[in-house]
Amino acid sequence: MTSSALPDRAEAQAAAATADEPLLKVSGVTRYYGDRIGCTDISFDLWPGEVLAIVGESGSGKTTLLNCLSTRLAPTAGAIEYRMRDGAMRNLYQLTEAERRLLMRTDWGFVHQNPAEGLRMTVSAGANVGERLMAVGNRHYGNIRDTATSWLERVEIAADRIDDQPRAFSGGMRQRLQIARNLVTHPRLVFMDEPTGGLDVSVQARLLDMLRRLVADLGLSVIIVTHDLAVARLLSHRIVVMRHGRIIETGLTDQVLDDPREPYSQLLVSSILQA
Amino acid sequence: MPVRLCLNAVAKTFVMHLQDGLSLPVVANVDFSVNAGECVVLGGPSGAGKSSILKMIYGNYRCDEGQILVVRKPDEIIDIAHAAPRRMLALRHDTIGYVSQFLRVIPRVSALDVVAEPLLTQGADEETARARARDLLSRLNVPERLWSLPPATFSGGEQQRVNIARGFIADYPVLLLDEPTASLDAANRAVVVKLVDEKKAQGVAMLGILHDQDVRDRIADRIIDVTAFRPAA
Repeated sequence: MTSSALPDRAEAQAAAATADEPLLKVSGVTRYYGDRIGCTDISFDLWPGEVLAIVGESGSGKTTLLNCLSTRLAPTAGAIEYRMRDGAMRNLYQLTEAERRLLMRTDWGFVHQNPAEGLRMTVSAGANVGERLMAVGNRHYGNIRDTATSWLERVEIAADRIDDQPRAFSGGMRQRLQIARNLVTHPRLVFMDEPTGGLDVSVQARLLDMLRRLVADLGLSVIIVTHDLAVARLLSHRIVVMRHGRIIETGLTDQVLDDPREPYSQLLVSSILQA
Repeated sequence: MPVRLCLNAVAKTFVMHLQDGLSLPVVANVDFSVNAGECVVLGGPSGAGKSSILKMIYGNYRCDEGQILVVRKPDEIIDIAHAAPRRMLALRHDTIGYVSQFLRVIPRVSALDVVAEPLLTQGADEETARARARDLLSRLNVPERLWSLPPATFSGGEQQRVNIARGFIADYPVLLLDEPTASLDAANRAVVVKLVDEKKAQGVAMLGILHDQDVRDRIADRIIDVTAFRPAA
Protein backbone atom coordinates (compact mmCIF):
# COMPACT_ATOMS: atom_id res chain seq x y z
CA MET A 1 0.00 0.00 0.00
CA THR A 2 1.64 3.18 -1.11
CA SER A 3 -1.13 5.70 -1.23
CA SER A 4 -3.55 6.78 1.43
CA ALA A 5 -5.77 8.30 -1.22
CA LEU A 6 -8.19 5.55 -1.95
CA PRO A 7 -11.11 6.88 -3.96
CA ASP A 8 -13.67 6.43 -1.20
CA ARG A 9 -11.66 8.35 1.36
CA ALA A 10 -12.78 11.89 0.69
CA GLU A 11 -16.39 10.86 0.38
CA ALA A 12 -16.34 8.79 3.56
CA GLN A 13 -14.64 11.54 5.53
CA ALA A 14 -17.00 14.17 4.23
CA ALA A 15 -19.96 12.03 5.24
CA ALA A 16 -18.47 11.42 8.68
CA ALA A 17 -17.61 15.07 9.22
CA THR A 18 -21.01 16.44 8.37
CA ALA A 19 -22.91 13.86 10.38
CA ASP A 20 -24.33 15.59 13.40
CA GLU A 21 -26.27 12.70 14.81
CA PRO A 22 -24.88 9.68 16.60
CA LEU A 23 -24.70 6.32 14.86
CA LEU A 24 -25.20 4.38 18.06
CA LYS A 25 -26.86 5.45 21.30
CA VAL A 26 -26.26 3.29 24.34
CA SER A 27 -28.36 4.02 27.43
CA GLY A 28 -28.15 2.27 30.76
CA VAL A 29 -27.04 -1.07 29.36
CA THR A 30 -26.72 -3.67 32.08
CA ARG A 31 -26.05 -7.37 31.92
CA TYR A 32 -26.15 -9.73 34.87
CA TYR A 33 -24.95 -13.31 34.93
CA GLY A 34 -27.26 -14.65 37.61
CA ASP A 35 -26.56 -12.26 40.47
CA ARG A 36 -23.11 -11.38 39.21
CA ILE A 37 -22.55 -8.14 37.29
CA GLY A 38 -21.21 -8.45 33.75
CA CYS A 39 -21.55 -4.76 33.03
CA THR A 40 -23.85 -2.16 34.51
CA ASP A 41 -25.33 1.21 33.63
CA ILE A 42 -23.30 1.76 30.48
CA SER A 43 -24.24 4.85 28.48
CA PHE A 44 -22.46 6.59 25.62
CA ASP A 45 -22.95 7.79 22.06
CA LEU A 46 -20.83 6.73 19.11
CA TRP A 47 -20.55 9.16 16.21
CA PRO A 48 -20.00 8.38 12.55
CA GLY A 49 -16.29 7.99 11.79
CA GLU A 50 -15.40 7.70 15.45
CA VAL A 51 -13.14 5.02 16.90
CA LEU A 52 -13.92 4.24 20.53
CA ALA A 53 -11.62 2.03 22.59
CA ILE A 54 -12.93 0.14 25.60
CA VAL A 55 -10.02 -0.58 27.95
CA GLY A 56 -9.73 -2.30 31.29
CA GLU A 57 -8.28 -5.46 32.80
CA SER A 58 -9.66 -8.95 32.23
CA GLY A 59 -12.98 -9.38 33.97
CA SER A 60 -13.84 -5.68 33.82
CA GLY A 61 -16.83 -6.34 31.56
CA LYS A 62 -15.36 -5.17 28.23
CA THR A 63 -16.29 -8.24 26.24
CA THR A 64 -19.72 -8.56 27.87
CA LEU A 65 -20.42 -5.00 26.79
CA LEU A 66 -19.15 -5.60 23.26
CA ASN A 67 -21.36 -8.66 22.95
CA CYS A 68 -24.40 -6.73 24.19
CA LEU A 69 -23.72 -3.92 21.71
CA SER A 70 -23.33 -6.29 18.79
CA THR A 71 -26.56 -8.15 19.64
CA ARG A 72 -24.70 -11.34 20.45
CA LEU A 73 -25.83 -11.20 24.07
CA ALA A 74 -29.13 -9.67 25.19
CA PRO A 75 -28.71 -7.09 27.96
CA THR A 76 -30.68 -7.51 31.18
CA ALA A 77 -31.67 -3.83 31.04
CA GLY A 78 -31.06 -0.72 28.98
CA ALA A 79 -31.46 0.30 25.36
CA ILE A 80 -29.17 0.32 22.34
CA GLU A 81 -30.31 2.35 19.37
CA TYR A 82 -28.70 2.32 15.94
CA ARG A 83 -29.15 4.68 13.03
CA MET A 84 -30.12 2.53 10.08
CA ARG A 85 -29.05 3.40 6.52
CA ASP A 86 -32.39 5.11 5.94
CA GLY A 87 -31.61 7.48 8.84
CA ALA A 88 -34.16 6.00 11.25
CA MET A 89 -33.04 5.30 14.83
CA ARG A 90 -34.00 1.73 15.79
CA ASN A 91 -33.77 -0.16 19.04
CA LEU A 92 -31.57 -3.14 18.24
CA TYR A 93 -33.40 -5.54 20.47
CA GLN A 94 -36.72 -4.67 18.83
CA LEU A 95 -35.56 -5.55 15.33
CA THR A 96 -36.92 -8.71 13.76
CA GLU A 97 -34.51 -11.60 13.52
CA ALA A 98 -34.28 -11.09 9.74
CA GLU A 99 -33.49 -7.37 10.12
CA ARG A 100 -30.87 -8.12 12.73
CA ARG A 101 -29.16 -10.72 10.56
CA LEU A 102 -29.14 -8.40 7.58
CA LEU A 103 -27.54 -5.71 9.74
CA MET A 104 -24.87 -8.07 11.00
CA ARG A 105 -23.82 -9.27 7.59
CA THR A 106 -23.98 -5.99 5.70
CA ASP A 107 -23.80 -2.87 7.81
CA TRP A 108 -21.68 -4.30 10.62
CA GLY A 109 -18.48 -6.21 10.98
CA PHE A 110 -17.12 -8.18 13.91
CA VAL A 111 -13.41 -8.92 14.15
CA HIS A 112 -12.65 -11.64 16.67
CA GLN A 113 -9.42 -12.03 18.55
CA ASN A 114 -9.15 -15.57 17.23
CA PRO A 115 -9.55 -15.44 13.44
CA ALA A 116 -10.80 -19.03 13.43
CA GLU A 117 -14.01 -17.74 15.05
CA GLY A 118 -14.62 -15.21 12.31
CA LEU A 119 -13.47 -17.25 9.31
CA ARG A 120 -14.49 -20.48 7.73
CA MET A 121 -11.26 -22.37 7.99
CA THR A 122 -11.98 -25.05 5.41
CA VAL A 123 -13.04 -22.92 2.46
CA SER A 124 -10.69 -20.81 0.35
CA ALA A 125 -9.60 -17.27 1.23
CA GLY A 126 -11.50 -16.01 -1.81
CA ALA A 127 -14.68 -17.74 -0.70
CA ASN A 128 -14.31 -16.32 2.81
CA VAL A 129 -14.38 -12.83 1.36
CA GLY A 130 -16.92 -13.65 -1.36
CA GLU A 131 -19.40 -15.23 1.01
CA ARG A 132 -20.41 -11.93 2.55
CA LEU A 133 -20.82 -10.42 -0.92
CA MET A 134 -23.13 -13.24 -1.89
CA ALA A 135 -25.07 -12.67 1.32
CA VAL A 136 -25.87 -9.17 0.12
CA GLY A 137 -27.06 -10.39 -3.25
CA ASN A 138 -24.00 -10.54 -5.50
CA ARG A 139 -24.29 -13.48 -7.85
CA HIS A 140 -21.77 -12.84 -10.63
CA TYR A 141 -18.82 -15.18 -10.01
CA GLY A 142 -16.33 -13.07 -11.95
CA ASN A 143 -17.25 -9.88 -10.11
CA ILE A 144 -17.14 -11.56 -6.73
CA ARG A 145 -13.72 -13.00 -7.49
CA ASP A 146 -12.41 -9.64 -8.69
CA THR A 147 -13.67 -7.89 -5.59
CA ALA A 148 -12.22 -10.61 -3.37
CA THR A 149 -8.86 -10.30 -5.11
CA SER A 150 -8.75 -6.56 -4.68
CA TRP A 151 -9.63 -6.89 -0.98
CA LEU A 152 -6.93 -9.48 -0.44
CA GLU A 153 -4.45 -7.06 -1.96
CA ARG A 154 -5.77 -4.27 0.22
CA VAL A 155 -5.00 -6.35 3.30
CA GLU A 156 -1.66 -7.34 1.82
CA ILE A 157 -2.38 -10.95 0.99
CA ALA A 158 -0.86 -11.96 -2.36
CA ALA A 159 -3.52 -12.57 -5.02
CA ASP A 160 -2.09 -16.02 -5.76
CA ARG A 161 -3.18 -17.18 -2.29
CA ILE A 162 -6.86 -16.66 -3.13
CA ASP A 163 -7.57 -20.39 -3.52
CA ASP A 164 -5.74 -21.43 -0.34
CA GLN A 165 -7.60 -22.19 2.85
CA PRO A 166 -6.94 -19.99 5.88
CA ARG A 167 -5.71 -23.12 7.67
CA ALA A 168 -2.57 -22.69 5.59
CA PHE A 169 -2.14 -19.04 6.64
CA SER A 170 -0.06 -17.60 9.47
CA GLY A 171 -1.85 -15.96 12.41
CA GLY A 172 -1.22 -12.46 11.06
CA MET A 173 -2.50 -13.38 7.58
CA ARG A 174 -5.61 -15.00 9.05
CA GLN A 175 -6.34 -11.83 10.98
CA ARG A 176 -5.93 -9.72 7.84
CA LEU A 177 -8.22 -12.09 5.95
CA GLN A 178 -10.82 -11.77 8.69
CA ILE A 179 -10.65 -8.00 8.32
CA ALA A 180 -11.10 -8.22 4.54
CA ARG A 181 -14.09 -10.52 5.02
CA ASN A 182 -15.66 -7.98 7.34
CA LEU A 183 -14.98 -4.87 5.29
CA VAL A 184 -15.92 -6.14 1.85
CA THR A 185 -19.58 -5.16 2.29
CA HIS A 186 -18.60 -1.60 3.31
CA PRO A 187 -19.99 -1.77 6.82
CA ARG A 188 -20.54 1.44 8.77
CA LEU A 189 -19.78 -0.02 12.18
CA VAL A 190 -17.14 -2.59 13.07
CA PHE A 191 -16.71 -4.26 16.45
CA MET A 192 -13.24 -5.54 17.30
CA ASP A 193 -12.34 -7.77 20.21
CA GLU A 194 -8.59 -7.62 20.91
CA PRO A 195 -7.77 -7.76 17.18
CA THR A 196 -4.02 -7.75 17.80
CA GLY A 197 -4.04 -10.10 20.79
CA GLY A 198 -1.81 -13.12 20.49
CA LEU A 199 0.21 -11.77 17.57
CA ASP A 200 3.89 -11.08 17.89
CA VAL A 201 5.00 -7.48 17.94
CA SER A 202 6.12 -7.00 14.34
CA VAL A 203 2.94 -8.65 13.05
CA GLN A 204 0.90 -6.43 15.38
CA ALA A 205 2.57 -3.28 14.06
CA ARG A 206 1.72 -4.20 10.48
CA LEU A 207 -1.88 -5.03 11.37
CA LEU A 208 -2.33 -1.83 13.36
CA ASP A 209 -0.99 0.31 10.57
CA MET A 210 -3.31 -1.42 8.14
CA LEU A 211 -6.31 -0.98 10.41
CA ARG A 212 -5.50 2.67 10.96
CA ARG A 213 -5.48 3.33 7.22
CA LEU A 214 -8.60 1.33 6.47
CA VAL A 215 -10.56 3.02 9.23
CA ALA A 216 -9.57 6.46 7.96
CA ASP A 217 -10.08 5.62 4.29
CA LEU A 218 -13.51 4.10 4.80
CA GLY A 219 -14.67 6.54 7.49
CA LEU A 220 -15.59 3.58 9.68
CA SER A 221 -17.02 3.80 13.15
CA VAL A 222 -15.28 1.27 15.36
CA ILE A 223 -15.73 -0.03 18.87
CA ILE A 224 -12.54 -1.81 19.83
CA VAL A 225 -11.97 -3.75 23.02
CA THR A 226 -8.34 -3.93 24.03
CA HIS A 227 -6.23 -4.17 27.14
CA ASP A 228 -3.30 -2.72 25.20
CA LEU A 229 -3.18 1.04 25.75
CA ALA A 230 -0.70 1.46 22.87
CA VAL A 231 -3.30 0.00 20.52
CA ALA A 232 -5.91 2.35 21.94
CA ARG A 233 -3.55 5.32 21.51
CA LEU A 234 -2.80 4.49 17.89
CA LEU A 235 -6.33 3.70 16.72
CA SER A 236 -8.91 5.43 18.87
CA HIS A 237 -10.27 8.95 19.21
CA ARG A 238 -11.94 8.33 22.53
CA ILE A 239 -11.43 5.92 25.41
CA VAL A 240 -13.79 4.35 27.89
CA VAL A 241 -12.10 2.85 30.96
CA MET A 242 -14.04 0.01 32.60
CA ARG A 243 -13.65 -1.57 35.99
CA HIS A 244 -15.92 -4.01 37.81
CA GLY A 245 -18.48 -3.73 35.02
CA ARG A 246 -18.76 0.07 35.13
CA ILE A 247 -17.39 2.95 33.11
CA ILE A 248 -15.11 4.77 35.53
CA GLU A 249 -13.57 7.31 33.18
CA THR A 250 -14.06 8.48 29.62
CA GLY A 251 -12.57 11.16 27.39
CA LEU A 252 -10.31 11.95 24.47
CA THR A 253 -7.74 9.20 24.09
CA ASP A 254 -4.68 11.32 24.71
CA GLN A 255 -6.40 13.10 27.59
CA VAL A 256 -7.19 9.88 29.42
CA LEU A 257 -3.71 8.51 28.74
CA ASP A 258 -1.76 11.71 29.48
CA ASP A 259 -3.89 13.03 32.33
CA PRO A 260 -5.82 10.10 33.85
CA ARG A 261 -8.05 11.20 36.67
CA GLU A 262 -9.34 8.09 38.40
CA PRO A 263 -7.08 6.00 40.64
CA TYR A 264 -7.58 2.88 38.53
CA SER A 265 -6.87 4.74 35.24
CA GLN A 266 -3.69 6.14 36.79
CA LEU A 267 -2.68 2.64 37.75
CA LEU A 268 -3.36 1.34 34.22
CA VAL A 269 -1.35 4.10 32.57
CA SER A 270 1.52 3.87 35.03
CA SER A 271 1.74 0.13 34.47
CA ILE A 272 2.78 0.45 30.82
CA LEU A 273 6.33 -0.52 30.13
CA GLN A 274 8.14 2.26 28.35
CA ALA A 275 9.61 0.66 25.24
CA MET B 1 -5.76 42.43 15.52
CA PRO B 2 -8.64 40.36 16.93
CA VAL B 3 -8.22 38.02 19.88
CA ARG B 4 -8.01 34.35 18.85
CA LEU B 5 -7.28 32.67 22.17
CA CYS B 6 -8.12 33.77 25.69
CA LEU B 7 -7.38 32.08 29.02
CA ASN B 8 -9.43 33.18 31.96
CA ALA B 9 -8.72 32.19 35.61
CA VAL B 10 -7.37 28.82 34.48
CA ALA B 11 -6.05 26.43 37.14
CA LYS B 12 -4.61 22.95 37.02
CA THR B 13 -3.86 20.50 39.82
CA PHE B 14 -2.67 16.95 39.44
CA VAL B 15 -3.95 14.47 42.01
CA MET B 16 -1.68 11.44 42.22
CA HIS B 17 -3.81 8.62 43.53
CA LEU B 18 -0.95 6.17 43.52
CA GLN B 19 0.95 8.46 45.91
CA ASP B 20 -1.77 8.57 48.56
CA GLY B 21 -3.76 11.20 46.73
CA LEU B 22 -0.90 13.67 46.68
CA SER B 23 -2.09 16.95 45.26
CA LEU B 24 0.23 18.86 42.94
CA PRO B 25 -1.02 22.32 42.03
CA VAL B 26 0.69 23.41 38.81
CA VAL B 27 -0.80 26.76 37.87
CA ALA B 28 -3.63 29.01 39.06
CA ASN B 29 -5.27 32.21 37.87
CA VAL B 30 -3.83 31.99 34.40
CA ASP B 31 -5.06 35.02 32.48
CA PHE B 32 -3.84 36.11 29.08
CA SER B 33 -4.89 36.30 25.47
CA VAL B 34 -3.25 35.93 22.09
CA ASN B 35 -4.19 38.01 19.06
CA ALA B 36 -4.20 37.08 15.41
CA GLY B 37 -0.79 37.59 13.79
CA GLU B 38 1.01 37.61 17.12
CA CYS B 39 3.53 35.22 18.67
CA VAL B 40 3.39 35.07 22.45
CA VAL B 41 6.06 33.14 24.32
CA LEU B 42 5.62 31.60 27.76
CA GLY B 43 8.64 32.31 29.94
CA GLY B 44 9.78 30.96 33.27
CA PRO B 45 11.92 28.17 34.64
CA SER B 46 11.36 24.53 33.96
CA GLY B 47 8.53 23.16 36.11
CA ALA B 48 6.66 26.46 36.17
CA GLY B 49 3.78 24.96 34.18
CA LYS B 50 4.47 26.16 30.63
CA SER B 51 3.85 22.76 29.05
CA SER B 52 0.79 22.16 31.17
CA ILE B 53 -0.75 25.38 29.84
CA LEU B 54 -0.01 24.37 26.26
CA LYS B 55 -1.43 20.89 26.84
CA MET B 56 -4.62 22.23 28.41
CA ILE B 57 -5.16 24.40 25.35
CA TYR B 58 -4.67 21.39 23.06
CA GLY B 59 -6.89 19.27 25.29
CA ASN B 60 -4.24 16.70 26.27
CA TYR B 61 -4.64 17.82 29.84
CA ARG B 62 -7.94 18.61 31.44
CA CYS B 63 -8.55 22.09 32.68
CA ASP B 64 -9.88 22.01 36.26
CA GLU B 65 -10.96 25.61 36.60
CA GLY B 66 -11.53 28.66 34.44
CA GLN B 67 -12.14 29.07 30.75
CA ILE B 68 -10.04 28.57 27.65
CA LEU B 69 -11.80 30.37 24.85
CA VAL B 70 -10.82 29.92 21.24
CA VAL B 71 -12.36 31.45 18.15
CA ARG B 72 -13.36 28.95 15.53
CA LYS B 73 -14.09 30.20 12.04
CA PRO B 74 -16.10 32.10 11.15
CA ASP B 75 -17.10 33.52 14.55
CA GLU B 76 -17.88 30.71 16.94
CA ILE B 77 -16.37 30.90 20.43
CA ILE B 78 -15.65 27.58 22.10
CA ASP B 79 -14.64 26.95 25.70
CA ILE B 80 -12.04 24.20 25.55
CA ALA B 81 -12.27 23.61 29.29
CA HIS B 82 -15.79 22.31 28.79
CA ALA B 83 -15.72 21.05 25.21
CA ALA B 84 -16.95 17.53 24.51
CA PRO B 85 -14.32 15.19 22.99
CA ARG B 86 -15.96 15.48 19.61
CA ARG B 87 -15.74 19.29 19.67
CA MET B 88 -12.12 19.10 20.74
CA LEU B 89 -11.30 16.80 17.82
CA ALA B 90 -13.04 19.21 15.46
CA LEU B 91 -10.94 22.07 16.88
CA ARG B 92 -7.75 20.09 16.35
CA HIS B 93 -8.88 19.41 12.83
CA ASP B 94 -9.51 22.97 11.72
CA THR B 95 -8.47 25.46 14.40
CA ILE B 96 -5.54 24.51 16.65
CA GLY B 97 -2.27 23.01 15.48
CA TYR B 98 0.54 21.71 17.67
CA VAL B 99 4.17 21.86 16.59
CA SER B 100 6.56 19.73 18.52
CA GLN B 101 9.65 17.75 17.80
CA PHE B 102 8.36 14.64 19.40
CA LEU B 103 7.42 12.23 16.69
CA ARG B 104 5.07 9.43 17.57
CA VAL B 105 6.33 7.11 14.88
CA ILE B 106 3.64 5.44 12.85
CA PRO B 107 5.05 2.28 11.33
CA ARG B 108 5.42 2.14 7.57
CA VAL B 109 4.20 5.63 6.68
CA SER B 110 6.69 7.58 4.54
CA ALA B 111 8.11 10.88 5.75
CA LEU B 112 6.35 12.66 2.90
CA ASP B 113 2.98 11.20 3.90
CA VAL B 114 3.61 11.91 7.60
CA VAL B 115 4.11 15.57 6.69
CA ALA B 116 1.27 15.77 4.15
CA GLU B 117 -1.36 14.13 6.36
CA PRO B 118 -2.63 17.14 8.37
CA LEU B 119 -3.20 19.09 5.17
CA LEU B 120 -4.94 16.13 3.52
CA THR B 121 -7.30 15.76 6.45
CA GLN B 122 -8.15 19.46 6.11
CA GLY B 123 -9.42 18.60 2.65
CA ALA B 124 -6.51 19.56 0.39
CA ASP B 125 -6.03 17.36 -2.64
CA GLU B 126 -3.21 14.86 -2.72
CA GLU B 127 -1.09 16.83 -5.20
CA THR B 128 -1.24 20.10 -3.28
CA ALA B 129 -0.51 18.39 0.03
CA ARG B 130 2.45 16.46 -1.37
CA ALA B 131 3.85 19.54 -3.08
CA ARG B 132 3.71 21.52 0.15
CA ALA B 133 5.23 18.63 2.08
CA ARG B 134 8.12 18.44 -0.40
CA ASP B 135 8.64 22.17 -0.12
CA LEU B 136 8.76 22.09 3.68
CA LEU B 137 11.02 19.05 3.85
CA SER B 138 13.49 20.63 1.48
CA ARG B 139 13.40 23.95 3.32
CA LEU B 140 14.15 22.09 6.54
CA ASN B 141 17.04 20.32 4.85
CA VAL B 142 15.70 16.78 5.10
CA PRO B 143 17.58 14.95 2.30
CA GLU B 144 15.31 14.07 -0.60
CA ARG B 145 16.40 10.42 -0.62
CA LEU B 146 14.69 10.01 2.79
CA TRP B 147 11.27 11.34 1.80
CA SER B 148 9.85 8.02 0.69
CA LEU B 149 11.05 6.19 3.82
CA PRO B 150 9.28 5.88 7.18
CA PRO B 151 11.02 8.21 9.67
CA ALA B 152 11.48 5.44 12.26
CA THR B 153 15.05 4.86 11.13
CA PHE B 154 16.00 8.53 10.71
CA SER B 155 18.50 10.28 12.94
CA GLY B 156 17.08 12.24 15.87
CA GLY B 157 17.57 15.56 14.09
CA GLU B 158 15.92 14.35 10.91
CA GLN B 159 12.90 13.07 12.82
CA GLN B 160 12.57 16.43 14.58
CA ARG B 161 12.54 18.29 11.30
CA VAL B 162 9.98 15.91 9.78
CA ASN B 163 7.72 16.64 12.71
CA ILE B 164 8.24 20.37 12.47
CA ALA B 165 7.29 20.22 8.80
CA ARG B 166 4.18 18.28 9.81
CA GLY B 167 3.31 20.91 12.39
CA PHE B 168 3.62 23.84 10.00
CA ILE B 169 2.00 22.41 6.89
CA ALA B 170 -1.69 22.85 7.65
CA ASP B 171 -3.68 26.04 7.95
CA TYR B 172 -4.65 26.55 11.58
CA PRO B 173 -5.66 29.97 12.89
CA VAL B 174 -4.03 29.06 16.24
CA LEU B 175 -0.66 27.33 16.49
CA LEU B 176 1.00 26.04 19.64
CA LEU B 177 4.80 25.80 19.46
CA ASP B 178 6.36 23.33 21.89
CA GLU B 179 10.12 23.91 21.72
CA PRO B 180 10.23 23.78 17.94
CA THR B 181 13.89 24.79 17.73
CA ALA B 182 15.52 22.89 20.60
CA SER B 183 18.69 21.17 19.41
CA LEU B 184 18.35 22.33 15.81
CA ASP B 185 21.45 23.75 14.13
CA ALA B 186 21.62 27.45 13.27
CA ALA B 187 20.56 27.00 9.65
CA ASN B 188 17.42 25.06 10.58
CA ARG B 189 16.62 27.43 13.45
CA ALA B 190 16.62 30.21 10.89
CA VAL B 191 14.17 28.22 8.75
CA VAL B 192 11.81 27.86 11.71
CA VAL B 193 12.03 31.59 12.42
CA LYS B 194 11.10 32.22 8.80
CA LEU B 195 8.16 29.80 9.01
CA VAL B 196 6.88 31.55 12.12
CA ASP B 197 7.16 34.93 10.37
CA GLU B 198 5.16 33.60 7.45
CA LYS B 199 2.44 32.36 9.81
CA LYS B 200 2.33 35.77 11.49
CA ALA B 201 1.87 37.43 8.13
CA GLN B 202 -1.06 35.08 7.51
CA GLY B 203 -2.66 36.23 10.77
CA VAL B 204 -2.04 33.06 12.74
CA ALA B 205 -2.09 33.45 16.53
CA MET B 206 0.86 31.58 18.07
CA LEU B 207 1.71 30.61 21.61
CA GLY B 208 5.05 28.98 22.26
CA ILE B 209 7.60 27.59 24.63
CA LEU B 210 11.11 28.43 23.48
CA HIS B 211 14.18 28.05 25.59
CA ASP B 212 16.47 29.23 22.83
CA GLN B 213 17.16 32.89 23.70
CA ASP B 214 18.20 33.85 20.20
CA VAL B 215 15.09 32.45 18.53
CA ARG B 216 12.87 33.84 21.26
CA ASP B 217 14.21 37.35 20.69
CA ARG B 218 13.55 37.03 16.99
CA ILE B 219 9.98 35.72 17.06
CA ALA B 220 8.36 36.75 20.36
CA ASP B 221 6.08 39.76 20.24
CA ARG B 222 5.39 39.40 23.94
CA ILE B 223 6.70 37.23 26.74
CA ILE B 224 4.40 36.08 29.53
CA ASP B 225 6.08 35.12 32.77
CA VAL B 226 4.40 31.93 33.94
CA THR B 227 5.77 32.28 37.50
CA ALA B 228 3.05 34.91 37.95
CA PHE B 229 0.56 32.03 37.83
CA ARG B 230 2.16 30.11 40.66
CA PRO B 231 -0.56 28.58 42.84
CA ALA B 232 -0.82 29.77 46.42
CA ALA B 233 0.99 27.19 48.56
